[in-house]
Amino acid sequence: MNIGLLLIALLILAFLAPFTRRYLGNAAGWIFAIIPFMGFVWFLGLLPEINQGEIFTDRYRWLPAYGIDFSFYIDGLSVLFSLLVLGIGTFILIYAGYYMKTYPMKGRFMGYLVLFMASMVGVVVAGNLITIFVFWELTSISSYLLIGYNHEKPEARGAALQALLITGFGGLALLGGFVLMGIPYGDYELSTLFSDPEAIRSSSLYLPALILVLIGAFTKSAQFPFHFWLPGAMAAPSPVSAYLHSATMVKAGVFLLARLNPVLGGTETWYYLLSIFGVTTMFVGAWLSITQTDLKRILAYTTVSALGTLVLLIGTGTEYAINAAIVFLLVHALYKGTLFMMAGNIEKKTGTRDITKLGGLFKYMPFAAIIMVLALVSMAGIPPMLGFIGKELIYEAKSNAPDAHWFILIAGFLTNVILVFLSLRLALDVFWGKEPAYEKKPVEPNLALILGPFFLVLVSFVLGLFPSTMANPLTSQAIMAISPGMAAIKLKIWHGFNLVLGLSALTVALGIVTFKYRYKVIAFAERVNLKYFKQEFSRIFFRLIDKFLIVTKEQTKTIQHGYHRYYLMTVFVVASVLVWIQIWNADPVVLELNFSEMPLNLVAVVVLIIAATISAVVSHSRVVALIAMGVIGFGITIIFIAYSGVDLAITMVLVETLMIILAMAVLYHLPKYVKYSDTGDRMRDTLVATLVGSFMMVLVLQAGSTVVEEPISEFFKQASYTEAFGRNIVNVILVDFRALDTLGEITVIAVAALGIYSMIKLTQKNKL
Amino acid sequence: MLFLLAILVGVLYGAAVYLLLRRNIFKLVLGLIFLGHATNLLLFVAGGLTSGFPAFLRNVPGETERMADPLPQALILTAIVIGLGVTAFALVLVYRFYSVTKTVDLDELSENE
Repeated sequence: MNIGLLLIALLILAFLAPFTRRYLGNAAGWIFAIIPFMGFVWFLGLLPEINQGEIFTDRYRWLPAYGIDFSFYIDGLSVLFSLLVLGIGTFILIYAGYYMKTYPMKGRFMGYLVLFMASMVGVVVAGNLITIFVFWELTSISSYLLIGYNHEKPEARGAALQALLITGFGGLALLGGFVLMGIPYGDYELSTLFSDPEAIRSSSLYLPALILVLIGAFTKSAQFPFHFWLPGAMAAPSPVSAYLHSATMVKAGVFLLARLNPVLGGTETWYYLLSIFGVTTMFVGAWLSITQTDLKRILAYTTVSALGTLVLLIGTGTEYAINAAIVFLLVHALYKGTLFMMAGNIEKKTGTRDITKLGGLFKYMPFAAIIMVLALVSMAGIPPMLGFIGKELIYEAKSNAPDAHWFILIAGFLTNVILVFLSLRLALDVFWGKEPAYEKKPVEPNLALILGPFFLVLVSFVLGLFPSTMANPLTSQAIMAISPGMAAIKLKIWHGFNLVLGLSALTVALGIVTFKYRYKVIAFAERVNLKYFKQEFSRIFFRLIDKFLIVTKEQTKTIQHGYHRYYLMTVFVVASVLVWIQIWNADPVVLELNFSEMPLNLVAVVVLIIAATISAVVSHSRVVALIAMGVIGFGITIIFIAYSGVDLAITMVLVETLMIILAMAVLYHLPKYVKYSDTGDRMRDTLVATLVGSFMMVLVLQAGSTVVEEPISEFFKQASYTEAFGRNIVNVILVDFRALDTLGEITVIAVAALGIYSMIKLTQKNKL
Repeated sequence: MLFLLAILVGVLYGAAVYLLLRRNIFKLVLGLIFLGHATNLLLFVAGGLTSGFPAFLRNVPGETERMADPLPQALILTAIVIGLGVTAFALVLVYRFYSVTKTVDLDELSENE
């Protein structure tokens, strides 16, 4: 097995899913989970070699001329993420198979989930910036399809569109950033980039590339001020929230930052940008979750907060910070996946996700309650769960941040207090406390629904108990992949009495106090929000979109006005200006006025044509105009004759005669000329006409004095008789050398004749 | 003579552009005819002016040095014939246009939409 095969297998499964569901029924989830589980085992099998420092690469030619290949680069970071994506994905598919059983089109839903899984694995194993981008966009698209799955609901459609527009905008920025990053290397391979990070860091392209890449990462990972699409994405069914919008997809931005840290990281700009956005997101996310009452929205805001923490930690970039980032990533995926699946279960069993309408669930579903409480313990950062170790590391990292660590530490402390507060609230207010009247008696969720939460919590528990033997091997290579030269810190539960432990104790204590006065705290938060966060970002976003649509509509109306002559005028004016600029810069034409070369009769013909032209243009009579057209046509015929164009002259005579007769016939049916334009219009049109006419004149003069290439006519002259047995060379060219062109010409005439015939037929029929 | 013919080409193009910018659809077709004339003449003049030596072989091998260039002429010949097709089609289209809309004013057409 290799990575390409795994991706192909997943993609095939995704496309087959909509058709198989009918035959598989509720077992579909279990059967679909087989392939991701095999992938999980395969990645687990890679781990020993990865821990030896091995990196697996594979490369398929795609667009070699542009340095774009379909390549894979599997190191510790890829393996950790792939294990998360496939491991959690296995449980999610089992869960979704049962959770979605009453939904319509569940087969398609499973297909989207598997499609997402394939694209997410693609992102983390890709070895080329462009390959990363392709999979990155695929995750955005599958996320769009999944959020909008309940497409009859307008809010689901809106949320899906919002998520797509924001992540899609980020994706475009990302592509720009990638292209800029590739310029100093002439290649987009990660291995090339890693071999010489200085090339981009010292280049003037560094800052624009960095900003574009950060826009991509921040939109995907819901960083402030792009955070609002994530709570909106909660319109998706719970399996999606648990999988995409907490454990995996939203981590793609974090993954990207981690992946590119060896290339783009380590500069002051990187440090400040990531720290500022990370710390803001971390705190704002936590703060906004206080006043929420929807179980999934609370979790969504804490996810935003967690993503902020991750960005902050990667930005901080110290050994502790990178260690903390990777451990916390694992911690968060494990508990947040559990919590979202449990939120889905609670909704399924009670019919609501509003925590003010929940309570006393422990006695109905004690097993589920224990699992959820353990996940919340991990979120609060209390031993023995892995969350405790994660939080200790984060505190350690924050207190050692190179700059402004007091500010970061305080913001982090408050965030953690809020997390403890929320954990208590979600545990005590949902599973204990006052019991509302449930419509039907809630029961324990069945195996498929509880298996995922159970295993994720179990993993979190075991890793928390045996951190150095179990968690370290998982994370050490990922840490080294982010920052070469950094080592994994030996994880342990007990760090001794120090500042960090004191902070942890204080966090928990303060969390308990705030929980005790929770109604006052919530009321206070609501007052603050009303005063300072009155405008919801999501609503501002939609208003902006509406404005944008109005502007584009106006703009289209202005540019696409529907008047043929202004379209033409635009073309003429732009063309003349461009040509005039070109003429201006070219060598001047040397005019040799040789009057002996001007036979008087020809001069007379030219003057006659010009006079006829003027009369054709200005005449008020249509018949005069047509007669003038005839004069012009026959005048040009005379010029052809004078300069050896005998065949041209013959054709012209025939064509002109035919044309005039035809025009006369049509004219008979048309009304007389009416004056449509005023003097101003005509002056303007004359100006445009003069601009075009004058540059054409100069072009003719230029052409007369320029020989770019030896004419190929010599061949025709020589070969005309010897090869084609014709003396009239023009004829020979038409019917022999370029016979296919002539065939095309005849076809055009035939088509025109057909068109004319049918139009006349149609008119006659209408008249009858 | 080149100079004079260059002026002629310029005038023909100018007339074509001016007529194309009219609102009367019949004038638009006149503009198309002018455009055809102007372009044919442009090719002809740009190909070089040779008087009195058509591209015709009297003896083989004969003298071809001073002979007119046959290639532009072949191109123009094709253009003239296709021009006829286009113009004829356009004329009938105008006729049909008028019999359906009862107007020859193109602005009225876009305003009616």
